[in-house]
Amino acid sequence: MSFPLSLTINGVARNITLDDPRVTLLDLLRERLELTGTKKGCDRGQCGACTVLLDGRRINACLALAASCDGATVLTIEGVTDGDALHPVQAAFIAHDGLQCGFCTPGQIMSALGLIDEGQAGDDPERVREGMSGNLCRCGAYAGITEAVLDAQRRLAGQDGRDAS
Amino acid sequence: MSSLSYAAPATVDEAIGLLAGASGLAKVLSGGTDLLVQLRSGRTRPALIVDTKKIPGIIGIREVDGGFVIGAATSGAMIGEHAALAAVYPGVVEATNLIGSTQVQGRASLAGNLCNASPAADSVPAMIAAGATAVIAGPKGRRTVPVEQVVTGPGRTSLARDEFIVEFHLPKRAPRSADAYLRFIPRTEMDIAVVGAGVNVTLDAAGVCTAARVSLGAVAPTALLVADCAAALVGSKLDEHALAKLDLAARDACKPIDDKRGTIDFRIKVAGVLARRAAAIAFERAAARS
Ligand SMILES: Cc1cc2nc3c(=O)[nH]c(=O)nc-3n(C[C@H](O)[C@H](O)[C@H](O)COP(=O)(O)OP(=O)(O)OC[C@H]3O[C@@H](n4cnc5c(N)ncnc54)[C@H](O)[C@@H]3O)c2cc1C
Ligand code: FES
Ligand code: FES
Repeated sequence: MSFPLSLTINGVARNITLDDPRVTLLDLLRERLELTGTKKGCDRGQCGACTVLLDGRRINACLALAASCDGATVLTIEGVTDGDALHPVQAAFIAHDGLQCGFCTPGQIMSALGLIDEGQAGDDPERVREGMSGNLCRCGAYAGITEAVLDAQRRLAGQDGRDAS
Repeated sequence: MSSLSYAAPATVDEAIGLLAGASGLAKVLSGGTDLLVQLRSGRTRPALIVDTKKIPGIIGIREVDGGFVIGAATSGAMIGEHAALAAVYPGVVEATNLIGSTQVQGRASLAGNLCNASPAADSVPAMIAAGATAVIAGPKGRRTVPVEQVVTGPGRTSLARDEFIVEFHLPKRAPRSADAYLRFIPRTEMDIAVVGAGVNVTLDAAGVCTAARVSLGAVAPTALLVADCAAALVGSKLDEHALAKLDLAARDACKPIDDKRGTIDFRIKVAGVLARRAAAIAFERAAARS
């Protein structure tokens, strides 16, 4: 049995045929489309390394069947930069040492993008920590991650002419 | 690996037909945050997965006759963002918001939380306290069932193999009504409830409780609707005497297990404490909604 699906990934329309419905969105990205920026830490929803935006919302790609994403729009870490220019969230992670080994970083950045979009954390470090609690960092770069998210949020709010609160 | 089929029907009837006609175990898929973990561990080995998310209306929240209709596969994230629902049923919304991380909530649904049938599912005591009903579709049509009658034991539900939940109904509220949900976990995020308590009350103009529903999670094989807890609240303004009766009734209802998260004695004690605290929050919210 084969399962056809259409997805828009990082702005590119893709038509894919799966031979097994068990394939997750994460395995599709990594194994079939060579988009290996999205990481596999636990493969069970606990670490957040596989975070992508599906139709604008944060999800764990390891917990989504690729077949069930038919028709959806996916943004992965590969689609975040504007040409060669880093996204402000990426730049903030570097500026604030929001990483050490870097394994969790693509998931952290996708999660931060989702969090900033949701507009629920405001300028409150405690709420940023709560909003990022689905992303584990074995290197313990949490302090830098929180600062990076707060800083990026302020910059992005400034760009939009919006109030950061 | 055995073969697995997948279907994403566009109508309720088509979904029922697929479930009824499946040759082996058929599993309904909403968000997949429980089902995918179980597929991978081999705990469940279905022959067919029926994804409901393409069925119109299965995702979304509607206000109907002063109450709310929540599609079975609506994500926790959508529930959390619905301001009108949060104003009227704050307990249901805060319980749903506790499920996993924001990423998990991007997919996790009320139907999945209920039908996974974990005794510790967070939205379930809140839904039971709120008086929510589940609309179940099957070959003979639709039936409406109180949420407390859906789960029959850990991992088991009262649904037939060709039935599934299409939506939940939250009734219209009387004035001065509100709900609250609290859970106890060893850390602040990403853990499973040791105890959960949902309380829903209606007060009269003088602040006296005229109706109450209290539900406890993770202290028995299924979430409990505890009539004696409700009786402790009705007729009171939540004074010391009512709180003591509530605490006792909550402890009496518990039949918990011993595990690494909490001993039997600890869970029983926490059930009483959480019921009191949730009741205090529900009373305060109800008084503010006149
Ligand atoms: C990292 C992580 C953390 C979590 N934390 C929590 C937590 O704090 N609290 C908590 O309560 N849960 C938690 N969960 C469990 C899970 O996310 C919830 O139970 C969620 O609500 C399940 O919903 P779903 O839509 O993903 O269900 P699915 O995985 O799609 O389905 C779960 C079960 O319900 C059945 N089902 C689904 N839809 C229907 C339907 N319409 N009719 C009949 N049966 C149906 C499925 O066949 C399956 O057996 C966590 C999970 C993960 C991975
Ligand atoms: S790999 Fe998906 S959450 Fe860990
Ligand atoms: S930087 Fe190493 S895991 Fe986070």
